[in-house]
Amino acid sequence: MKLIRTLGALALGAAMTVAAHAEDIKPAVVYDLGGKFDKSFNEAAYTGAEKFKADTGVEYRDFEIQNDSQREQALRNFARRGLSPIVAIGFSHANAVEKVAKEFPDTKFAIVDSVVDLPNVRSIVFKEHEGSYLVGVLASMASETGKVGFVGGMDIALIRKFACGYKQGALAQNPDAEVYQNMTGTTGAAWNDPVKGGELAKSQFDRGADVVYHAAGGTGLGVLQAAADAGKLGIGVDSNQNALHPGSVLTSMLKRVDVAVDTTFKDAMNGNWSSGVEVLGLKEGGVDWALDDNNASLVTDEMKAAVDQAKQDIISGKVQVHDYMSDQDCPV
Amino acid sequence: MFEMMILILDSTVRLSTPLLLACLAGLYSERSGIFDIGLEGKMLGAAFAAGAGAAVTGSAWLGLACGIVVSVALALLHGFASITNRGNQIVSGVAINFLAMGLTALLGQDWFRQGGQTPPLPVEARFTSLDWPFAEALRDVPVIGGLYSELLSGHNLLVYVAFLMVPFTWWALYRTRFGLRLRAVGENPAAVDTAGISVTWLRYRAVICTGILCGVAGAYLSTAQSASFIKDMTAGRGFIALAALIFAKWRPVPAMFACLLFGFLDAVAIRLQGQELPGIGEVPVQFFQALPYILTVVLLAGFIGRAIPPKAGGTAYVKERT
Repeated sequence: MKLIRTLGALALGAAMTVAAHAEDIKPAVVYDLGGKFDKSFNEAAYTGAEKFKADTGVEYRDFEIQNDSQREQALRNFARRGLSPIVAIGFSHANAVEKVAKEFPDTKFAIVDSVVDLPNVRSIVFKEHEGSYLVGVLASMASETGKVGFVGGMDIALIRKFACGYKQGALAQNPDAEVYQNMTGTTGAAWNDPVKGGELAKSQFDRGADVVYHAAGGTGLGVLQAAADAGKLGIGVDSNQNALHPGSVLTSMLKRVDVAVDTTFKDAMNGNWSSGVEVLGLKEGGVDWALDDNNASLVTDEMKAAVDQAKQDIISGKVQVHDYMSDQDCPV
Repeated sequence: MFEMMILILDSTVRLSTPLLLACLAGLYSERSGIFDIGLEGKMLGAAFAAGAGAAVTGSAWLGLACGIVVSVALALLHGFASITNRGNQIVSGVAINFLAMGLTALLGQDWFRQGGQTPPLPVEARFTSLDWPFAEALRDVPVIGGLYSELLSGHNLLVYVAFLMVPFTWWALYRTRFGLRLRAVGENPAAVDTAGISVTWLRYRAVICTGILCGVAGAYLSTAQSASFIKDMTAGRGFIALAALIFAKWRPVPAMFACLLFGFLDAVAIRLQGQELPGIGEVPVQFFQALPYILTVVLLAGFIGRAIPPKAGGTAYVKERT
């Protein structure tokens, strides 16, 4: 009898630990301007959230903001309804997250691409310069003219970080390479102007560039289109954009926002939640370059070997890629 | 240097085209006495309809037709509010801008589930560049080759349509009965009415012309210059076109030059970004981006002289006091 009772207690205890392990969470995502199907940054977050849903069967809520004033509203609205964790996608959310996270100290927040120093906020930042370095190496090798281009969206430190890493990679592979850099604009509209992106790419082609890397959200679709139209090569960013123009996209710099979102949700669910700053680089699998059927014919074995070598060197610390944001300056 | 100039001018032509079409569109409406700040909204609506139409049907021409239909519908809405119901033309124009901004994003999301974008168009569903005869052969001839092969040849059909619309508009406005009446109704609708011509019908015809041209401008953005509609892709071009119209004092040929000037500044801003200029150093790109607006103010204030709008512009015509 006693034995049965003990067993029962054990079973109950085990059941309780399982329950404690898989917390009943109600996760939410707030996307940045550009929307969740931008085929780039926000879409990566969407993919991650969908993966979480498929893996665990837990529903999540999401919101696409239409203007800057909605950031705070959206976050507060989710927090008030008891959703947690709430993942804000994009550096522009930093102020809003800081404000709302203070108001709801028991709610878990996470922000991608920025650091908010609060006890209930997990900040996830990526080493985009490392991934950009890799595609810079590839661009330099694929270029026949020795001239490669970069088109950025809004002129901010984060995008200069992409540009700087790319330039370092291109020059490391070919010290004589020329790298043209253009930014689309200085306002949020710079993320959504494919016409201007296309013109910027064309201007770089006219100057002799034959590979162009973009870090410009929706504007970048115009860049890749211009590259495809002109018979040159484009390089995608954030999500795998190789399939947009098969044969004309050399590769994509993957920024695994999807993994970040998925992991954040699962950590909260399994009780592994931690606050603080998480930096995801090549070593952590946070950034990478994309190789699939769409670009297999563009990447030679030699290129593959070189980029794998560069990857190992960065992971082992033999090559240090300078981070533009550390001193607001690019050494190359 | 010469080659650089040609490339800048080539880009100028591409960038001026939507401005020119929208500017001529505004010309018809404003010359008839209907102010239209809804050019932006009509262009945006047309860009969406053209992008969506071309994506669904796979034909650039059907896309263009969709764009024109939507733009004309929005123009008629503006007409209904401001001609038939004598509403405030500015308010109605602003309403159309907001309507287009919201509806395109909403419908785009609902139909295609790509965040308000339309699916990327294949080459067959776009207006692609037309190469003129002998363009390849003449490419290496100095001066003429550059001018002919780069500047004149190799644009898409809508670019040529836009520039042909300039002489056509001039002819329609100054050499036809319709044009005479159109100009009269914008200056003195009472006189037109006394002559036994319907002010309402004339003004409706004018806004329909506006709708058609805005439709072409929108289709150019989404199916010729780029390959899909993207949320808010007009990016203020409708307002620049309006500035160009004022700049040109509501005349077609100066309107073309004003649009070319704005297109040129845009092209220069793109080309010169991040490049060192001899003697000056690197010019901040913000300077070039602000230049069209600064230029409008400076030239209007100092060089062009007063731009006097059509006298009856902005006021609804009231036939009889009641």
